[in-house]
Amino acid sequence: MFQYDAIDAAMVADRNAEFRDQVSRRLSGELTEDQFKPLRLMNGLYLQLHSYMLRVAIPYGALSSAKMRALAHVARRWDRGYGHFTTRQNIQFHWIKLSDTPDVLDYLATAELHAIQTSGNCIRNTTSDPFAGAAAEEVDDPRVWSEVIRQWSTFHPEFTYLPRKFKIAVTASPRDRTAARAHDIGLVLRRNREGRLGFEVIVGGGMGRTPYIGATIREHLPAEHLLSYLTAILRVYNRFGRRDNLYKARIKILVASLGAAEFARLADEAWEAMDRPRADLPDVELARIRASFGLVDFRTLPPRSERFEAAKGDKAFARFARNNIVPHKVPGYGIVQVSLKGIGEVPGDCTADQMEALADLAERYGHGEIRVTHEQNLVLPHVALDDAPAVHAGLAAVGLATPNINLVSDMIACPGLDYCALANARAIPIAQAISETFADPDRAEQVGELKIKISGCINACGHHHVGHIGILGVDKKGEEYYQLTLGGSGAEDAAIGHVLGPALSADRVADAIDKLVDVYLAIRQPQERFLDTYRRTGVGPFKAAVYQDAHQA
Amino acid sequence: MLIRLENDHFHLVEDRFAPVGEGEAIADTVAVILSLSRFQAEGEALLAAGRDVGVRMAPADRVEDLICDLPRLALVALDFPKYRDGRAYSSAVMLRETYGFDGEVRAVGDVLIDQAWNMVRCGFDAFETSVGPNAWAAAARRYRHVYQASADHRPPAFVERSQAARRLAAQEG
Repeated sequence: MFQYDAIDAAMVADRNAEFRDQVSRRLSGELTEDQFKPLRLMNGLYLQLHSYMLRVAIPYGALSSAKMRALAHVARRWDRGYGHFTTRQNIQFHWIKLSDTPDVLDYLATAELHAIQTSGNCIRNTTSDPFAGAAAEEVDDPRVWSEVIRQWSTFHPEFTYLPRKFKIAVTASPRDRTAARAHDIGLVLRRNREGRLGFEVIVGGGMGRTPYIGATIREHLPAEHLLSYLTAILRVYNRFGRRDNLYKARIKILVASLGAAEFARLADEAWEAMDRPRADLPDVELARIRASFGLVDFRTLPPRSERFEAAKGDKAFARFARNNIVPHKVPGYGIVQVSLKGIGEVPGDCTADQMEALADLAERYGHGEIRVTHEQNLVLPHVALDDAPAVHAGLAAVGLATPNINLVSDMIACPGLDYCALANARAIPIAQAISETFADPDRAEQVGELKIKISGCINACGHHHVGHIGILGVDKKGEEYYQLTLGGSGAEDAAIGHVLGPALSADRVADAIDKLVDVYLAIRQPQERFLDTYRRTGVGPFKAAVYQDAHQA
Repeated sequence: MLIRLENDHFHLVEDRFAPVGEGEAIADTVAVILSLSRFQAEGEALLAAGRDVGVRMAPADRVEDLICDLPRLALVALDFPKYRDGRAYSSAVMLRETYGFDGEVRAVGDVLIDQAWNMVRCGFDAFETSVGPNAWAAAARRYRHVYQASADHRPPAFVERSQAARRLAAQEG
């Protein structure tokens, strides 16, 4: 996988020195909290309800065993023995002391890790496909382009004080595992009829209080012009995005108010005016980045693994294989998905012991690679099917063999009111109640793919707008209530969910999900996912089931 | 204090420009800085009289509106009413890169040391700040490398890398 050269390492070291200086100026009182805030945010340091939270970047969700071990060490030494993987493929440590952060960052730098631009009104970590390099259907390796964007966006002098945060997603597969259309910029890499690589450029998607599915402003931007065109988009946004209202400052509001066509015209105008050859990455650097990801040393294996098939005699392994392992581009290999959604556990949480076990398993069986998904799970992208039973056993030993990928208990949830200063309501206990309602794995499999996403407030960090079922925590006169939405999707069939009806009290949410699922099971047609049935029938039967009692009352 | 960047050196200079506040009469000094609207109303006469004129641009002012006058302007001052308002960075880059302005581009307003490197990279060469020139210079040069091309024309990492590769090839050749 990609490795830093001396320049990349110097960039991180220089940043850490700068931040150490800023922290000491804050601790001495030379900087006010108000002045310090944007500076610490650009280093991923938030002040939360109970303490500081440090968000460490995992560029495009790609980790090595060594990096995972470094995260485990941070969890143990400076936190409370665990970390929280986020929907942006990063990891958060929730119990960090301000005075420790410079040391934590210096330690992370030894493993090529940092917290640069994991928050603040700048270009954030690029989201990419966790199956990159392993998925059969990808047209190119999206990590190459994500790394190009990482370098370009790191300490970009013009785009460090944007109106608001800015998130870019890159996918190179027809199956979108990045929620590209819900990003400020979504980039979908394709080959045109002549075989040339180009990006569909989607702008202005986003969640928050006004969710939008992004609009396509370029069908096929030649790949070599990526950086100049991104510069043009960001320049238009930096100049004309609203700064008078925090909630109207994202690019989606600018695109919506101008119209996508006018936004595209302005971007093109800025692009034409630019010295593009100077802004674009030369081929030789692209080739260097491509080469630095290296080639995985796959073995030549028969497509069918006898050991894998025989292991399915064990019911637990068979279920894990059915739900968590998907085909790899190389015969005899599989992509192993590791659920961080154990029944009754906090979505995305991972202990130091679990991180180390994963690092060992990846090293022994998975070419040392681990990925983080935007759905808060982990992936061992390159596992020989022969080794899958051993990997399963290793995962089970640390409580990471939950066989529920894409099933009802594989939920996204933000930290919610348990941790976050912005939240109106708790998210984690709701997720726990739902996963306990669907604890029976046979029933969960019978229900099939169902994406539930929970946000503790309207900022929508839990992506509820694009959940097949979305759950939004709201405050009603000091009580926590939850509004349900149906029909959202963050995938290639992206859509914003529709509100089901009046918000429900906390104790009714799991039961309401149960009823929605019962309706689906009763009326679904063959091969229909929950989302497909909803799209076919509309909200009627679902609404009736949940609000039946209310009508009777 | 006014710090100027000249030939790679940051040093304190006397500010010979007098700012003209909203509604104030234009001072008798040779060199003045006007808001964009004052400049549009009164700039022509001042230039004709041989005065040195600078324009102070609010973040929302569009640098496009200055294009015709740029060759006659001594300086453009870009205002940071709050340091978190980053519009002036794009204005500076456009002045330098798109319109080839080679007069002074001055940062005024909430100008903090933590912005030094952003400003220098975007083409600012004068800074109204309470920070001393040595500290300002150190902050501006904090990063030994840069990843992207900008108005300061520092070689980005990819240029450094290809030069290093060429040197290596030459040595081995």
